[in-house]
Amino acid sequence: MTQDEARKVFLEELLKVAPDLESDEIGADDHIQDDLELDSMDVLNLVAALHARLGVDIPEQEYVEIATPALAAAYLSRRLAA
Amino acid sequence: MGVFQMPSLGADMEAGTLVEWLVAPGDAVKRGDIVAVVETQKGAIEIEIFEDGIIQSLDAEIGAKLPVGAPLATILAAGEAPPSAPAAPTTGTAPEVVAPAPELATVAPAASEGLQPRPATLGIAASPAARQRASERGVDLGALKGSGPGGAVVLADVETTAPERRETPKPTKPADAMVEMRKAIAAAMQRSKREIPHFQLSQSVDIQTASDWLAARNAAVPPAERILLGTLFMKAAALAAAKVKEMNGHYGVDGFTPAPQVNLGVAVALRGGGLIAPAIPEADKLALPDLMAAMKELVARARAMRLRSSEMTSGTLTVSALGEKGADAMAGIIFPPQVALLAIGAPKIRPWVVEGEIVPRLLATFTLSADHRVSDGRQANRFLAEIDTALQNPEAL
Repeated sequence: MTQDEARKVFLEELLKVAPDLESDEIGADDHIQDDLELDSMDVLNLVAALHARLGVDIPEQEYVEIATPALAAAYLSRRLAA
Repeated sequence: MGVFQMPSLGADMEAGTLVEWLVAPGDAVKRGDIVAVVETQKGAIEIEIFEDGIIQSLDAEIGAKLPVGAPLATILAAGEAPPSAPAAPTTGTAPEVVAPAPELATVAPAASEGLQPRPATLGIAASPAARQRASERGVDLGALKGSGPGGAVVLADVETTAPERRETPKPTKPADAMVEMRKAIAAAMQRSKREIPHFQLSQSVDIQTASDWLAARNAAVPPAERILLGTLFMKAAALAAAKVKEMNGHYGVDGFTPAPQVNLGVAVALRGGGLIAPAIPEADKLALPDLMAAMKELVARARAMRLRSSEMTSGTLTVSALGEKGADAMAGIIFPPQVALLAIGAPKIRPWVVEGEIVPRLLATFTLSADHRVSDGRQANRFLAEIDTALQNPEAL
């Protein structure tokens, strides 16, 4: 999966967790908690959704790797390539 | 026969708008069934019924804004016969005492055999089928000339009438919803600050052990089975509430009534603003995975503004956690008619003294707001100590 594809999947799942967000308002470097105001429950739901969709199980200590769409795209494509 | 009324879904609710019926006349209902959806300042609330029986009639129109206590439906107890022709007028001496105003709907005389009692709120005689079809077609019953007994509107009258373009109740716009939610919060908090003599106690709790235990547990399971640290806090609070009765219950006109069970109110911050605190029943008895599942489900429905009436009113103690990031501590305002509120600051790594050594530990500050009409510092202190103790033994939670 390319970074672009991973980013697209990440954003789709992010919007399901936080339906009030507008996709065109989410910046590549927006922090999902500090900028987009996800709480720990939202983050866990996002991690679970990514696991279900991509089969990528993100351990808790690596949640920081998906803190922004840009980070998440790089991380997910790396995990899927491995 | 009972009258199902517009419930009060919080200390400050005055009225609600009926937006949906989920039952029809003739349906059997049992206690706890969701029968209607009412739009309130806190969003759409699914209204549960609190008796078993058969829906005899729906006495309120979709779109009607009705005060708390207004009749919504008439319920027949199982086996109870529907009301028939009105009883013969009482003859003889007039009663000396004027009877109290009759309860609406229950005693309104039936227009005729086979017709439901006239809902006093509407003042229009109509058969249940006519009423339902009129609602479906957007026909104003009041504008129809009834051809049934006593001028009652029957199904045929509705069928032959062209529907008018009645304005359907439009869902509240987000901006309006936010204004309404803010009003609801303001009303509840003003009442609380006016009536409840608050006092607050704070305690810093070393949660490193609990956090380490949880991290090890979560590392061994897939994301869907992971538990949040906040769930441990909720469980610890529920256990403390079960032990310290003065923090768990309601304060009403007769003073404080301790609750027989712990229904833990969970303050849920809504994205974009606003706050709502639905309750998880008997949270102290739920195992951590079950409590986590209940919280997930509750938060999802709170965000979707789709909560149930019992969740809005049954809370016996509310917990408000600031989450992973944020301020160290918060002194919260009690949600009436409850008598205590526990606010939990964001966990932070801080220097802490353990066995004579200064070490970095994860700490969280628990601040209990309590009602001085009910408790003193001693009980509040005990409550916080119970939480601290519980969190030092996370495997027992």
